[in-house]
Amino acid sequence: MVLQELFFYLFAAIAVASAFMVIAARNPVHSVLFLIACFINAAGLFVLIGAEYLAMLLIVVYVGAVMVLFLFVVMMLDVDFAEMRQGVLQYLPVGALIGFILLAELIMAVSGWYFAPEAFGHGAEPMQSAEQVQNIAAIGQVLYTKYIFYFQTCGIILLVAMVGAIVLTLRHKKNVKRQDISEQVARSPETSIEVVSVENRKGI
Amino acid sequence: MAEFWNSYGFPLLIMVAQSVLLMVVLLLIIAYILYADRKIWAAVQIRRGPNVVGPWGLLQSFADLLKFVLKEPVIPASSDKFLFLFAPMITVILSLAGWAVIPMADGWVISDINVGILYVFAISSLGVYGVIIGGWASNSKYPFLSALRSAAQMVSYEVSIGFVIVTVLLCVGSLNLSDIVNAQQTGLANMLGVPWLTILNWYWLPLFPMFVVFFVSALAETNRPPFDLAEAESELVAGFMVEYGSTPYMMFMLGEYVAIALMCSLTTILFMGGWLPPVDVAPFTWVPGVVWFLLKSLMVFFMFAMVKAMVPRYRYDQLMRLGWKVFLPLSLFMVFAVAAVLMAMGWAPVSGAV
Repeated sequence: MVLQELFFYLFAAIAVASAFMVIAARNPVHSVLFLIACFINAAGLFVLIGAEYLAMLLIVVYVGAVMVLFLFVVMMLDVDFAEMRQGVLQYLPVGALIGFILLAELIMAVSGWYFAPEAFGHGAEPMQSAEQVQNIAAIGQVLYTKYIFYFQTCGIILLVAMVGAIVLTLRHKKNVKRQDISEQVARSPETSIEVVSVENRKGI
Repeated sequence: MAEFWNSYGFPLLIMVAQSVLLMVVLLLIIAYILYADRKIWAAVQIRRGPNVVGPWGLLQSFADLLKFVLKEPVIPASSDKFLFLFAPMITVILSLAGWAVIPMADGWVISDINVGILYVFAISSLGVYGVIIGGWASNSKYPFLSALRSAAQMVSYEVSIGFVIVTVLLCVGSLNLSDIVNAQQTGLANMLGVPWLTILNWYWLPLFPMFVVFFVSALAETNRPPFDLAEAESELVAGFMVEYGSTPYMMFMLGEYVAIALMCSLTTILFMGGWLPPVDVAPFTWVPGVVWFLLKSLMVFFMFAMVKAMVPRYRYDQLMRLGWKVFLPLSLFMVFAVAAVLMAMGWAPVSGAV
């Protein structure tokens, strides 16, 4: 157990420190990289509580795909720091309010756990213990049976969002040349090459 | 203290020893597949290839290593110095980290984790950061542009690799790499009444379209020709590595080759029966599993090298079309088809218990 505690404090400390650096770093690209470090340490924490499937999913989905796109956008943005600092006072009240609400919610959740530990996890689906079933099988057993409706709804929402994004950005302009692979492959020498016998000193 | 030593000290020592052994052997093999790559390329083009350093040029890779290490590293003045040196480190460390879960033979694996295949997939999807950070930290136009486009390429082909892995997992019923190999001990050969011909059991035959998709996606994922747009020297000088030289450059190249070797061994595990002998009769079963594993991985690498030598480079839009419009629908359809066949025929594996 000593080793597990040691690693818990290591991952937790790095996660908190890099979460702080996300807002403290001056360069937005560094902020994103600190966010990635934070995610990786969170995945480490997942492994420590035996949820290795969630840990791998966090890395594959968030670090491997979402954050890459995020990094793309941040790298290509032209961020003006002076302008950003001017807006701080303007957004401070709203930011403070949201932060306060999140803090209150966290305190409520943690205090409920502290004062009535027997009530903790009561609303959750009863599960076999981690010794009896792999956690990927455990997730599959409830996700595709009891929660199938929510699962499919999430899928449809994501599909609609994707179609919407494509519809908003896809424009067929007249002057833009497009590749049509079937047309390119179907080209034959007869239609694309013209044999001309050129007379000397005349040109075509 | 003695208890602590027994529960943590010895296992740690054993694990470190195993890791060091694996790394030394792996790097030696990498040195020679680099040489093999150049020799095969040369043979296809009717050249001699490296033949000066050592007998038949066998020491060429080590001479190159010395050359890279002894050169002066140049760090551009306007670059982000920490990230500039960090990017090649990530590439090497990540590609080496993937080997921790690869089973070389029955039980020959450093960490036999339940989600082995997901771990390898996660590690290879992180490989894109070496490219993108390296390109950005150079603080130069061409490295940045090519980092963006090769990152887009790697992310695109990960999607189809993911679906291919799903089809294999549907047949196996486990995410453990050793289980994936063991599941290939029975299969088509038993149904055809030739149980000794185990080569037919491996998933390359029943899942043949997925085998092809996986092989091509592995080429694209590791930036190998014909998909080496990350470093298309005729268009983008040297891609995201323009500003790199000496040791940092060598680390990029080393990481790339280790990732290629990882993909070769992953192809072996998923589709070619890992350490299992191709024919289950006497002289073949005497050969240790690790030899079969090595032979099969090297055969896949030979195919990688031949593709590099023979196929012309793809255009970028063709590459994206292949990934998104051909492989993605095909692999998505195959996930449904494989699942349907497994359910209809009652072949679906029962799993979930530890």
